[in-house]
Amino acid sequence: MGILEVKNVNKRFGGLQALGDVNLSIAENSVHAIIGPNGAGKSTLLNCLVGKLIPDTGSVMFDGQSVLGRKPHEINQMGISRVFQTPEIFGDLSVLENVLIPCFAKRDGSFRMHALESVSREVDMIDQAEQMLLDVNMAEKKDMHAASLSRGDKRRLEMAMCLAQQPRLLLLDEPTAGMARADTNNTIDLLKEIKEKRDITMAIIEHDMHVVFSLAERITVLAQGTPLVEDTPDNIKGHPKVREAYLGEAH
Amino acid sequence: MFGLNKKDTKFLYIVVALTLLTPILLQPFPEASPLAQFNAGYPDLMQRFAIFGIFAIGFNLLFGLTGYLSFGHAAFLGIGSYATVWMYKLLSFNVLPGLILAVICSGLFALLIGYISLRRSGIYFSILTLAFAEMAYRLAYSVLTPITNGETGLQVYSNDPQILMGENSSTVTNFFGLEMSANYILNVGGWQFTFNFGYYFCAIIAILAFYLSVRIFRSPFGMMLRAVKSNQQRMNYTGLNSRPYTLAVFVISGMYAGLAGGLLASMDPLAGAERMFWTESGAVVLMTILGGAGTLMGPILGAGFIKYFENIFSKINDNVLHSWFSFLPDGLEDFVVFIIHPFVGKGWHLTLGLLFMLVVIFLPGGLVEGGQRIAKLFKRKKTTPDDKDPEHHPKPAPHVAE
Amino acid sequence: MDAIFLQFLNGLDKGSAYALIALGLTLIFGTLGVVNFAHGALFMIGAFCAVTVQKLLNVGFEKADPEKLDFLGKPLMVKTPYVEAWFGPETGQAIIDWSVPLAIIVTIPVMIFVGVAMERGLIRHFYKRPHADQILVTFGLAIVLQEIVKYYFGANPIQTPPPEAFLGSFDFGVLLGFDPNVIIYPYWRLVYFIFALIIIAAVFSFLQFTTFGMVVRAGMADRETVGLLGIDIDKRFTLMFGLAAAVAGLAGVMYGPILAPNYHMGMDFLVLSFVVVVVGGMGSLPGAVLAGFLLGILQSFASMNEVKSILPGIDQIIIYLIAIVILLTRPRGLMGRKGVMEE
Repeated sequence: MGILEVKNVNKRFGGLQALGDVNLSIAENSVHAIIGPNGAGKSTLLNCLVGKLIPDTGSVMFDGQSVLGRKPHEINQMGISRVFQTPEIFGDLSVLENVLIPCFAKRDGSFRMHALESVSREVDMIDQAEQMLLDVNMAEKKDMHAASLSRGDKRRLEMAMCLAQQPRLLLLDEPTAGMARADTNNTIDLLKEIKEKRDITMAIIEHDMHVVFSLAERITVLAQGTPLVEDTPDNIKGHPKVREAYLGEAH
Repeated sequence: MFGLNKKDTKFLYIVVALTLLTPILLQPFPEASPLAQFNAGYPDLMQRFAIFGIFAIGFNLLFGLTGYLSFGHAAFLGIGSYATVWMYKLLSFNVLPGLILAVICSGLFALLIGYISLRRSGIYFSILTLAFAEMAYRLAYSVLTPITNGETGLQVYSNDPQILMGENSSTVTNFFGLEMSANYILNVGGWQFTFNFGYYFCAIIAILAFYLSVRIFRSPFGMMLRAVKSNQQRMNYTGLNSRPYTLAVFVISGMYAGLAGGLLASMDPLAGAERMFWTESGAVVLMTILGGAGTLMGPILGAGFIKYFENIFSKINDNVLHSWFSFLPDGLEDFVVFIIHPFVGKGWHLTLGLLFMLVVIFLPGGLVEGGQRIAKLFKRKKTTPDDKDPEHHPKPAPHVAE
Repeated sequence: MDAIFLQFLNGLDKGSAYALIALGLTLIFGTLGVVNFAHGALFMIGAFCAVTVQKLLNVGFEKADPEKLDFLGKPLMVKTPYVEAWFGPETGQAIIDWSVPLAIIVTIPVMIFVGVAMERGLIRHFYKRPHADQILVTFGLAIVLQEIVKYYFGANPIQTPPPEAFLGSFDFGVLLGFDPNVIIYPYWRLVYFIFALIIIAAVFSFLQFTTFGMVVRAGMADRETVGLLGIDIDKRFTLMFGLAAAVAGLAGVMYGPILAPNYHMGMDFLVLSFVVVVVGGMGSLPGAVLAGFLLGILQSFASMNEVKSILPGIDQIIIYLIAIVILLTRPRGLMGRKGVMEE
């Protein structure tokens, strides 16, 4: 029984079957990659997990509880965080504030006003946030305007924000998209380091096979909305079905 | 101090000093000088500075922090005024019960209107708030006449109950006997300064309102609100529901407007539906944007600026213009006066509209941003040698202050 | 029954004005993505085109009339408009009488010019700015335009009568078998309604049947893709702004005889038109027209005494009430598309 259980999920957009009978089980504390050619339904699947889309049929269980029908913020509170393909950060706020917000969200859960307290006096929170920035090597940029960061830094900041919530499942949507090789390697190291330091489950959607094979413990290959194979990286590498899905009839 | 950091404490001191010294600062010309008509230190106008300052500070809490543009804030102004006048009619001319009721009533209405309107964002939110305010305005003129006294406006009549009125009670608006209209006039040299109790009453409330807004800006709550403005999607994916935050600030902002409305009725015991008209909502938007939305000082500067120049510009007529430009040759003088004429006096709104457009086009941060740019210009001149390449320096986080 | 029919008719002319203004607003919003708060001012400028033409036609010279004497016994000064002098008294009088319809000829080029100038000079720089900035700058522009008109034409409404031929009322009731004089409808309002229908039809067929219209419709659906096709969409959008301004101006110029033009009429209509646009659905042209007529007619029904006795004050707030209900139950309005104005 994995921490995340997806059963018979179907999703249609008009005439297009985006997801057809997807079954997926992600084991706790594993790094699970979902790969597949463009249009295979990877992003649709991810959106179904975080409440942005609701599947037509099927069930999605996180730690024994259904996530379907819950709002994004409720699903997040269950312990699922998401890193987006284009970093979603609070551009108008400083880097430190960006991380402070999930720290506060973690502490209070539901809404509390704190209208008369001062952010600068929440020493514990600031320590926590600074530690988190240290973990992603952004400590020296904490006073910068988040919108002025480079793309790689924005990604790191977003990861720090997600980690500050201490999620049990971290969903990463192409964490290295559009990055130079050196940055990609940094991201791989960062993710490895995170994995070593804490108990966390990661689900990664990725195009870059280098990233996938350096990180993943299990891989699911998705094609035309249906899981093709699920296996360990070593077994996936030479799998004929995968070659077919990726390289198609050209070979 | 007061739970504020150094910079904010400085702002607070500036606001306190400005408000307390207003009766002197706004009387720069001696009584005998021909420019004395441009003095703005008379009670009625000064009261308006403070009251509209409160209105704009409250509006800025909503718009500046969350980016939700309400086009219906005048409704709360009107509700506050009606509530206060009703307290005069039922109890006495002491303003305190009225102000309390004004804040409570506007808060309740804001809760209702906000609960519904905040289900939508962007222009839909603006239209919803506008629709509610227009409804309030039109109902106040028609069906609600028993409560609002329709076009005549709500006022105190001699047959009103006024159950707390004693034999010696004041018959003008007062605060535990201290009458709002009480003046202390000080003559120094050729200058005349009027210290009005009503003004100081409003000013102290305005200072408190400003202080509260600073605290909200600097609180975790304020930070959450700025996060709502910045990225609602990330907000949701951080496990936060933005609705309670926006609703809370909408109610606070409505209460500020209600307080301002109550104070208007405290200075002059009248309440009319025209205070709820959408142009009044537009005016507070203008003040906030002109000053600088999302900044601490912006709304105060904006409210002061608009009310001051409204007063000054509308007083300039052709005679004044001719006297100013009399040094020019006759033909040229007439020409200059002819050019300036449409922009002053009754045409002041034209100037305001142009000014407002220029600010939105060139200074989206309002007067505050203008001030910052000028300050930066001076600083750069001083530090040019070691600041050769500003492009390569990381941009520091903007402070909401200033 | 007859009362209901009468209210239906009464709603048509107001609905026509709403529909025309909302149509222009939606064109601008749909093509350019700009929220134009100055659109009401364009309507007002149109109405003042009628005022200007009427004033110009009445410009004349004074001449002593030897046949008549004033109370001092001097010859009376009689003012003769130039048009009468040029074309003879009868033709001249007819031209003055028809000044409102004639003003249409002037209005179209003037409004297209105003629209294009506005787009080139101001709106263009706001495509990439947030909607709040667009609202604010056009709001400022609306104030400026309104004040300029106030400066030149004064604060009081100026009467612009329709041609004499349209002064009376049309007895609709007789046509439908009711008693005479039960359902009467001023001719000019009928003219306005038909005029509005013609303009709406013209705009729709223009968009439907011309290549220009096709590109614009494609641009409304997906601006960037059309840009990628190598079509100079910006130039077309500028013209579109001119067209939208012309529609608003035409709505205004013919409205003069129904409501004497005053400088704040634009703002009055703007607020309502925005409600209409939102109810119809941002970016939907048929929605704007439908909602315009719908709200005009409903407003008219709400002002019936029978309705008012059940729901006092309903005539004052019906439009806003409907707007609130529709926005809450159908967030995108009656016919809105997904993803418009939902950042």
